[in-house]
Amino acid sequence: MPASLAASRIRRREGLPAATLPAGIFLVLALLPTVTWITGGSYLISVGSRVMIFAIAAVALDLLVGYAALISFGHAAFIGLGAYAVGILSAYGCTDALVSLPVALAVSAAYAFLTGLVCLRTKGVYFIMITLAFGQMAFFTASSLAPFGGDDGLTIAARNTFAGFPVLRNERVFYYIVFFCLLGTYLFCRALVASRFGRVVRGAKENPIRVSTLGFDVYRFQLATYVIAGALAGLSGFLLANAAEFVSPAYMSWQRSGELIVMVLLGGLGSLDGAVIGAAVYLLTEEWLSAFTENWKVIFGPVLVLIVLFARGGLLGLTSALARRIMRA
Amino acid sequence: MPEPVLRLEKLRKSFGALLVTDDLTLDVMPRELHAVIGPNGAGKTTLINQISGLIAPDSGSILFHGHDIIGMPVDARARLGLARSFQVSSVLPGFSALENVALAVQSRSGSSLRLFGRAAEEAGLNEPAMAALGDVGLAERAQVPAGELAHGEKRALELAIALAMRPKILLLDEPMAGTGREETARLIAVLRRLKGRFSVVLVEHDMTAVFALADRISVLLYGRILASGTAAAVRADARVVAAYLGEEME
Repeated sequence: MPASLAASRIRRREGLPAATLPAGIFLVLALLPTVTWITGGSYLISVGSRVMIFAIAAVALDLLVGYAALISFGHAAFIGLGAYAVGILSAYGCTDALVSLPVALAVSAAYAFLTGLVCLRTKGVYFIMITLAFGQMAFFTASSLAPFGGDDGLTIAARNTFAGFPVLRNERVFYYIVFFCLLGTYLFCRALVASRFGRVVRGAKENPIRVSTLGFDVYRFQLATYVIAGALAGLSGFLLANAAEFVSPAYMSWQRSGELIVMVLLGGLGSLDGAVIGAAVYLLTEEWLSAFTENWKVIFGPVLVLIVLFARGGLLGLTSALARRIMRA
Repeated sequence: MPEPVLRLEKLRKSFGALLVTDDLTLDVMPRELHAVIGPNGAGKTTLINQISGLIAPDSGSILFHGHDIIGMPVDARARLGLARSFQVSSVLPGFSALENVALAVQSRSGSSLRLFGRAAEEAGLNEPAMAALGDVGLAERAQVPAGELAHGEKRALELAIALAMRPKILLLDEPMAGTGREETARLIAVLRRLKGRFSVVLVEHDMTAVFALADRISVLLYGRILASGTAAAVRADARVVAAYLGEEME
């Protein structure tokens, strides 16, 4: 049984409407700046923005991994492409989001389309390897872009303007822009998986041959999904470049792609909520543990192994299993 | 004489040295139920796979309403009206029974490239799907995940999925495989009710079912048609009795 189904059914059994969890998540995110308004400082806001930016990419990746069983190991490339669109455009003096955002989306969607044409001809472990290869191709290309900083990356002089207004430069406003991007991405993906289109994709995850004998060209549906996920990661990259005011090939490294997969697995595959939670938990744990030790991954690694071993539904599956046990007791 | 819906001409397929389809020629007439029987390894499933497009024949042609469909992908053949069931139930286990059938309805009604609107709540998909489930007696199990259905129910669901595609020709690969006596009887009743709506190619081991349903029977042996004709003619054929029916009839 897919995790999404399990999770939704578990929640129904507890008598909570399915929208409770996402409503809670987005409420917390919406209220976070109010907390920092009381406590002062902008540290939480910038961490929150960063979490949400990666959550966008993780939700998009969950669309592929969780709903289409397409384990893409090159998802970070699309983030990088979106980020480099911002960086390169601003190096040429084009600093308005009305240009750079559409370019970021178009470039990452185009790369997803062209590489997807090839990648989706393969299955299973070959798909993982070939998406990794295309990811690394983007990484090495960016590393060799000497005019744009090469290995060292490229500093962006200032955040993008929007129609000439420097709205992105206010931390709080930027936070809410990212918030609405994440909310939009989430709602879009939610609608997508429940649509006719999503039903074909979910069906093909369970048995692609069966779905093709029903008259669906599975390849085209998967390609469309791959392009959508790529474009959404491009959105994440656009925001990341603006948040950091810096772009670097490291955004596209295979380690970053791996981290995204970990975020999705950690939260719980195929639930979208899980991707948001996974991104938050991963990045906050990184933030917190790396304050103690540089080798924080030594601690995080085993925890992750335990979660994958004992909580197949990720944190989401774990908490609902615990909740059920408490309710029964 | 009307034109056949499906015509296989000199179809040939080998896996390495093993010739599984050997110069096979076969006609399926409109609204006919044509049974294909034969011992294990005779090449029956391979034949169904070639017609539905999962396996490409080495040579020969497959004419559907007079047009050669060789080289046409599986999904395009399905959209033309070739529906099939699988010998090993291959319903989508995580989907409810209803959703399994609704997906089949979806393939012939409107675009599936719609990214919005909840498919699960579309009456235009659910009503025909419920009707197909009703046809096979599964209406009450509509909301159960297909993976949790009993074996016989999965077989019935396979049939409902194929029906929901409103096929011009239905390829049934051992629909009774592994079902009990009672379920077999129920499936036979269902197929008898559906007979005449479209052409059917029925691959089946259960001789009760075959003799109860078939208009014509072709006996397959080592990839060749050994005999072809009405039930009575096939049953009386000495070669068929020697090669296959003899042991089955005892």
